[in-house]
Parts: sequence; C-alpha cells; structure tokens
Amino acid sequence: MNALLALFGVAILFVIAYLGVDVLGLHSLFGIVLPYAAIFLFLIGFVVRIFQWAKSPVPFRITTTSGQQKSLNFIKSNNLESPHNTTGVIGRMALEILFFRSLFRNTKAEVKENERIVYGPDKWLWAAALAFHWSFLIVFLRHYRFFAEPVPEFILKMQAVDGLFQVGTPIVFLTGLILLASVTFLFLRRVVLPQVRYISLLADYFALFVIMAIAISGLLMRHFYKVDIVGVKELAMTLVGFKPVVPEGIGFIFYVHLFFVCVLFAYFPFSKLMHLGGVFLSPTRNLANTNRIKRHINPWNYEVKTHTYEEYEDEFRDVMREAGLPLEKES
Amino acid sequence: MYDAGKIIAGLVIFLVLVTSPMWYKAATGTKGEAPELKYVTESKVCVAETEYMKAFHMDLLNEWRDDVVRRDDRQYEGLEGKVYEKSLSRTCMSCHSNKDEFCDRCHDYAGVSVYCWDCHVEPAEVQ
Repeated sequence: MNALLALFGVAILFVIAYLGVDVLGLHSLFGIVLPYAAIFLFLIGFVVRIFQWAKSPVPFRITTTSGQQKSLNFIKSNNLESPHNTTGVIGRMALEILFFRSLFRNTKAEVKENERIVYGPDKWLWAAALAFHWSFLIVFLRHYRFFAEPVPEFILKMQAVDGLFQVGTPIVFLTGLILLASVTFLFLRRVVLPQVRYISLLADYFALFVIMAIAISGLLMRHFYKVDIVGVKELAMTLVGFKPVVPEGIGFIFYVHLFFVCVLFAYFPFSKLMHLGGVFLSPTRNLANTNRIKRHINPWNYEVKTHTYEEYEDEFRDVMREAGLPLEKES
Repeated sequence: MYDAGKIIAGLVIFLVLVTSPMWYKAATGTKGEAPELKYVTESKVCVAETEYMKAFHMDLLNEWRDDVVRRDDRQYEGLEGKVYEKSLSRTCMSCHSNKDEFCDRCHDYAGVSVYCWDCHVEPAEVQ
C-alpha cells in the first residue's frame, strides 16, 4: 500500500512535468525557477537540519564496542573497532562512511525445522547499498561536466574508466546501470521480505522511486530520446552564472529528468536522505571509547551543596567538647 | 553546541563543494557559452535535419559503420532523396572538414570523448 502510494506520487510528478513542459510550455519555470528554488531549499534546509542536530547534548560516550577496549598494556586493543583516540575515531568513521562497516555486520535470523532459530551473515544489503551509494556518487560527479568549462581532467578520466567497454553511442556508463540495478534491488528487498515490508514507510519508497525515476529518465535521455547536449550545458552554465537563459529545443525528457532531480534536492533536507550529513554526527561512531581512560563530567550537573566533616566539626566544636565527644582537631 | 568548531568546519566544506561550479567558473573566468562552429561548405543541407543531427549524429555514424563494414551497403538516401556515400571521411568531412573547429568544439564543451579516431586517420590539419 505504501509502495503504491509512493509510486502514485512519482507518477503525479511525471504528469506535472509533462503538463508543465510539453503542454503548457513553461520552460523557464522548469528550467530556471524550480532548479534555483530546489537548490536554495536544499542548502538552507541542510544547514538548518545539521544545526538542529548539533544542538542536541552529547554528554557521555555511547560505546558500541566490537573490539577490545584500550586498557592495560599487555592486553591487545583494537583501535579501529573500539578507538581510544582521534586517529582511531577517524579510522572508524572512514570505514563507516566509505565502506558501511556497520552494515557489514548485518545478520539474518531464520527459523529452521524443529523451530530452531538460526542466525547467519547477510551481506546482500551491504553489497547493494555499497554499489548504490558509490555508483550514485560517481554519477553525480560525472554531471560536473555540465557545470564546469573547461571540463576538469579528473572528470574525463572518470568517464573513460566508467565507459571502459565502449558499448553503444554514446558509450554506456557502467555506474548508470549499476545505480538502476541496485536501487531496484533495494526496492524489491523492501517488498519481498515480509519483515522489511512491515517496517517500510511511504517515505522509504518515495525516495527510492524518485531516485529510480532519475536513473531511468537519465538513461533514456542518454541512450534513447537524445537531446541537444550543448543546449543542456548552456543552460547549466547560465544557471551557475546567475544569468539564466533557456536555449530552444532541448528535448522534453531533459525537463523530466531535471524536475525529478529538483524534487530530490528540495525533498532532501526533510527526509531520511539527510543521513548524508547525519552519518557524521552518529554518536556511537564519532566518539572515542574513553569512558575509563578520561573522566567525563556531566556538563549540566548542578553545584551540589556539601558539608564535610571538617566543616561540621568547625561548626560544633565547642558543643562537642562540652559533651566530651572525640575531636580530630582540638582548636 | 558540542564540537561546534568541527561541525561548522564540516558544513562549510560541504557548502563549498556543493557550490563549487560557481567558484570554478569564477576561477577560470569563462562564460561557458556554447562554442561556435565553423562550416567549410558550399552545401546548405546536411544528410538529415539539424535537430536530428545535433542529438543523433552518433547513431547515424554507428549505423553507417555497421552497414559499410558488415553489409557492404554504402548508399544512404538523405533529405529530398539525395543519395550520399556512407563515409565519415568522404561525406561528413567534405563539408565539416575541420575537426578542430567542428567536431572537437562541442565534444570538448560537453566533455565527450569519441573513439572515431582510434581507427580513422585524423584529418591533415590536426597532424
């Protein structure tokens, strides 16, 4: 049901792009106004969201160790899995962000015959997530060729590797196919596995469908309904220079692609996609396990009123002496 | 706010990266206008319409290659029934003779690397 609703939403977005561009001919709305609005929303929304998170207190270290903590010298400690200094934390964060270390630990539970529950490794989610995120990053970076003149050398190098097999004209980029395949896998996983379907929300499906729509429209534009690519770059460059002009005659499929990208950018700060920024703020990953090595004092502890024995004796010394009680200090 | 310095530094790096096309444009000082093409031709028409050629010329070249190399089919009926030889060097380059000022301009602009010249001999002016 959630998946159908999300699909319906994406279909409506397509109809909006179709009506707006093909029927009403609102090229400057879809080519200029919406991209600016979307990127503005994205930047402001992203910063606001990060500041909201940054304001939350982090008084204590949350340690989720999966390695031996640093203690005595003769006990071998694992500084990547249970870091005790900044180097270790940077290592753990790098493993997490670049290679999804936590997801690699993913397990599945299955009920076998005679109702025995068996746990086993499950690397499919990790593999698909890694393929998805990396190919999306490379696809994103490849688009830099439309926003930079002259096109930077590393983009051209990346394209050369990406199109290694030189299939078709224009050359098929591997990452484009991997992106579509992996996002499809991640969607099917949500639908096929009953447990995952149970916890899947509208927002989960919507993000997947929008990304799927972007990938499909992009591939269609590159390989089937080709558009005037020079015109596309002209538009992109004028947008970057804040003197936007929409060139005539860019194909309709381009506006569909652009509209879905705008939707993704605008939706980004309000969605779970914010894990792009959020992963850096994960307290279980970015805080060193120094609970024992260092003393951490709760910063909002109030001043506790104390009355030590010395002060007590000072206050009641005369009375105590009269009563014949023993004193630590005589005067 | 805890670790305000680190978080703000990270955010600034992120914002600079996202808006990097602006800085790149300012640094290189280019306007990024579409390139102008030079036509060396008496003919006013191409083998197909301009709009089609702009978007699909690579498909046409691919078809021509397959027709010539695999099927020995060298005749192409273009606009208004005019018959052309299916040949990059002899048909296309007879009008668009200047690779530097025609092919390369758009390809460089859009960051496209073509593999035509892996087999074809590049026109004289490039060598």
